[in-house]
Amino acid sequence: MKTLNLAAAAALGLIATMAAADGVVAPADVVFEDGAVEKSLTGAPGNAANGPDIMNKGAGNCIACHEVSALSDLPFQGTVGPSLDGAGSRWSEAQLRGIVANAKEMFYESMMPSFYKTSGYIRPGDEFTGKAASEPLPPMLSAEEIEDVVAFLMTMKDE
Amino acid sequence: MKNIYPLTAIASSFLIALSAPAKADEDAKLVVNDEIEMVTETAAPSHLEGLDTIYSGWTFRTDETQSLQMDDFDNPAFVFVDQAMDAWDKVEGSAEKSCSSCHGDVMESMKGVRAVYPKWNEEAGEVRTLVTQINACRTEQMGAEPWGYTSGKMASMEALISVPSRGMPVDVAIDGPAQSMWAKGKELYYTRFGQLELSCANCHEDNYGNMIRADHLSQGQVNGFPVYRLKNTKLNTAHARFKGCVRDTRAETFNPGSEEFIALELYVASRGNGLSVEAPSVRN
Ligand code: HEC
Ligand code: HEC
Ligand code: HEC
Repeated sequence: MKTLNLAAAAALGLIATMAAADGVVAPADVVFEDGAVEKSLTGAPGNAANGPDIMNKGAGNCIACHEVSALSDLPFQGTVGPSLDGAGSRWSEAQLRGIVANAKEMFYESMMPSFYKTSGYIRPGDEFTGKAASEPLPPMLSAEEIEDVVAFLMTMKDE
Repeated sequence: MKNIYPLTAIASSFLIALSAPAKADEDAKLVVNDEIEMVTETAAPSHLEGLDTIYSGWTFRTDETQSLQMDDFDNPAFVFVDQAMDAWDKVEGSAEKSCSSCHGDVMESMKGVRAVYPKWNEEAGEVRTLVTQINACRTEQMGAEPWGYTSGKMASMEALISVPSRGMPVDVAIDGPAQSMWAKGKELYYTRFGQLELSCANCHEDNYGNMIRADHLSQGQVNGFPVYRLKNTKLNTAHARFKGCVRDTRAETFNPGSEEFIALELYVASRGNGLSVEAPSVRN
């Protein structure tokens, strides 16, 4: 699945940007407007059911910093960022997409990592090995993973 | 207009910024062996703009971990201190000398030393950490092999040398010839490294008291180093800790003993000026 996306992204780079609306938008081509991203990064709606897993482990690890009551079965939720409860009522889908893709576009100098970014780092490393890596790095979340997380966040409405 | 802050978002981040750092027990006092009263909380040194109050890492640990540091019989680090006691008297190298040949009783000669390191060494023309000083003695005074920067032998010797300074205030000089290294360390402290783009300050200045996953963030002070960690059941040097923290930002880390980490240790130590030397301390 992932390789398919990468292939699509690579292909897109070669073909004209016109095609982008139908396929995956590469990290460098994402258009932010007031911190929000209007169009789906995959051109399709995300699958909310995949959201919790992405937010719990791997490069997503959102609950390292955020509490999410809907995921209260997952232990050790962090308090660095605000609780994400009700995020789907507070923000539009486009805003959530922008926040998850690159929170620094929405929040000035945010501590939240930029999940759909591939270059412009200081001493980038090869994941958690402590060894050097050269840019462009793979984004921490794929376009599809971001859409899945956004779809899940949209289900988190105020009671 | 680049940033839109919906009201609720402002309110929630605001609350986090305002809430006082949560500690296991706000009033817990650290007295070691019913004798040495430690300053674990005090006014920040004047050079430090980002904090009003500085706290020892001890104040963020659980009651159980805290109590292990209150008595040397419970503190697992003292196994290593005993080993270093033997090393102190051991003759090594071409000069056929031991540390004690020149320095006598460690509890007398090393009193106050840990509190002022890292420190400018005039003769060598460099900032020395305790580790680089110990290795300078080994190679130049004893004609012996240097110990590895983060090796067990080195961490144990650092721990031993720290013991007679316990309870004394950290008092690292940041002016004079050390100033440029200090400034370099400060710059590193505020640099957002790696793919996570996080600086030491993001976690240890802006978010101490908060939970990051299962970890209760402290101010990342070094007054307790070397530290016995329950997690790896050994003594850990400050540079090993720095290495791990930089690695965890998905960055290319620096090597223990590198100029960057010596500068960083000097700067981080100076952020703790006024806290007591606690080394060897116990952390999770
Ligand atoms: C290193 C900590 C950190 C991680 C990891 C992190 N965030 Fe955040 N996030 C923050 C902080 C801090 C804010 C507050 C905005 C600000 O001022 O920077 C925030 C804000 C947000 C907001 C807006 C807050 C609101 O009002 O609801 C959303 C949504 C969000 N994050 C989602 C996520 C998702 C989804 C992930 C995982 C893919 C994630 N965050 C990972 C730190 C983090
Ligand atoms: C041949 C004598 C000699 C031997 C052996 C020796 N040292 Fe030293 N050491 C010195 C001298 C000389 C100094 C510098 C004194 C000064 O400048 O105040 C020094 C300084 C130090 C300092 C810094 C003290 C301060 O006030 O800044 C430490 C720590 C130290 N030695 C540890 C050790 C250890 C540990 C050993 C054994 C592994 C050792 N030394 C072996 C001669 C020796
Ligand atoms: C992603 C967050 C994060 C970043 C960035 C970070 N650290 Fe840490 N650090 C931690 C955590 C978690 C711990 C363990 C709990 C604690 O003591 O805060 C820790 C512990 C420490 C400790 C041990 C404190 C003690 O009392 O035992 C020191 C020292 C330290 N960090 C220094 C640094 C330095 C220097 C930097 C910058 C190079 C840095 N850290 C960057 C998360 C971070």
